[in-house]
Amino acid sequence: MSFLPLADVEVNNETQPFWDALKNNALLLPRCTSCTSVVWYPRAHCPVCFSTELQWEEMSGRGTIYSYSIVAKGNGRWKESGPYVVAYVELAEGPRILTNIVGVAPSEVHINMSVQAVFDTGDDGRVLLRFTSVSTS
Amino acid sequence: MSVRGKAFIAGAYEHPLRTIPNKTVQQVHAEVAAGALADAGLSFSDVDAYFCAGDAPGFGALSMAEYLGLELTHIDNTETGGSSYLLHVQHAAEAIAAGHCHVALITLAGLPRSSGAGIGGAGRFGSAPEVSFENFFGLSIVAGYAMAARRHMYEFGTTSKQLAEIKVAAASHAQHNPNAFLQNAVTIEEVLQSKMVADPLHMLDCCVVTDGGGALVVVSPEVARKLSRQSVPVLGTGFAVKHVNNGRIDLTHTGAVVSGPRAFAEAGLTPSDIRYASIYDSFTITVLTTLEDLGFCEKGKGGEFVSDGALQAPFGKLPFNTDGGGLCNNHPSNRGGITKVIEAVRQLRNEAHPTVQVPNCQFALAHGTGGNLATRMGSATLILGQEV
Repeated sequence: MSFLPLADVEVNNETQPFWDALKNNALLLPRCTSCTSVVWYPRAHCPVCFSTELQWEEMSGRGTIYSYSIVAKGNGRWKESGPYVVAYVELAEGPRILTNIVGVAPSEVHINMSVQAVFDTGDDGRVLLRFTSVSTS
Repeated sequence: MSVRGKAFIAGAYEHPLRTIPNKTVQQVHAEVAAGALADAGLSFSDVDAYFCAGDAPGFGALSMAEYLGLELTHIDNTETGGSSYLLHVQHAAEAIAAGHCHVALITLAGLPRSSGAGIGGAGRFGSAPEVSFENFFGLSIVAGYAMAARRHMYEFGTTSKQLAEIKVAAASHAQHNPNAFLQNAVTIEEVLQSKMVADPLHMLDCCVVTDGGGALVVVSPEVARKLSRQSVPVLGTGFAVKHVNNGRIDLTHTGAVVSGPRAFAEAGLTPSDIRYASIYDSFTITVLTTLEDLGFCEKGKGGEFVSDGALQAPFGKLPFNTDGGGLCNNHPSNRGGITKVIEAVRQLRNEAHPTVQVPNCQFALAHGTGGNLATRMGSATLILGQEV
């Protein structure tokens, strides 16, 4: 969908539902049934109240840009990808997560921009969670 | 238990080279260890404690103890990136105060220039739990700090010109350091016109990539009294971890908001007592945020604080990094912590270059920021003096 590199992520028993959901175009995160925090990154316990009673919940996929940088030239597999945008997106449900902003000119990106999830999927089925401007989608 | 006055930095040594081909990392560790021990007037056989971090090869202190031929009763492999060595000074002071050792050797060495590793940490991250959620978005080290700078600009109106002032001050100092990797003075305009690496950070907002290393020797008061060399007492220590906090990260502050006040409290001093500050300078934004967090100015006022030559020695408001810092002099193994302590020791011994020596430098501060401003960091503050 975008032209940025995908990756072989490490999936484990704590994170499997997150990665499986991305393949079905859904953003699933654990919510603590005790203190109601949405947990980022996914793990088997709540780092706020230490409860292990978590439930996977689908997020809205909506958020705003908390901060970003336009990287002129990346390293390694990203060498030919620049300029590209690395950002922290604050999800409507709370967590600020690292991602890329795609499908919008880097010069248009700004803090507080409304964005929505993009399930960036390769032909080989690998998938990463990226975001794009709400207005351009 | 306070460590105030219970341990002294008796030896400090910075490797003179910035490119070291044809040597091993452990060899450079050994060279800087020998240099710091000679500076203190001690020898390898006097050492009973050894401290190293992720830049040391193999099993860390175990491998290095054997390589160096040390007989040890205390070791510490604490790894917090570039701030490790300041935390090692704290840990050494604690171990000495507890009677576990008398002569503690701390070393750092690395060869990122010769190995072509480029900018970045030397840590071993393997399958850290955060990796799959952070490492696949082209997040270069610079881009992380750039996001911190962008957010600081958004919240407080900080400008690229204000960040450039920090580089200008460091470069003005580096002119007087014949070992500095970059020895030319630069102007604000030159910083602003240098290549944009990760917006809003330019090439000249970034530290240098150098081979090299440094070492410190921390000793008990009893050992310090027997040495002819001037020792520098450890007056205050503080440390804190700041992390992503369940995805609720605030990019505008560092762990120095906790480590700084702890160090000042232990020393019984305030920021206005500090005559010289070594501030970790992986990037210009690292310095600006840290100065605010340590209490040298209000949160958000760092841009104003660093303007108009405030950081320039010897007569600025707060002379900083008089060796040229990581921005110009040296950032060995992509870790600027040990050189921060070394230059603070030079200032307190009145042995900095005469042009940048701060007059009557009674109290100095050294601060390290290890990890990444955009994710997780270990923040370590030391306050050092001329006498207890």
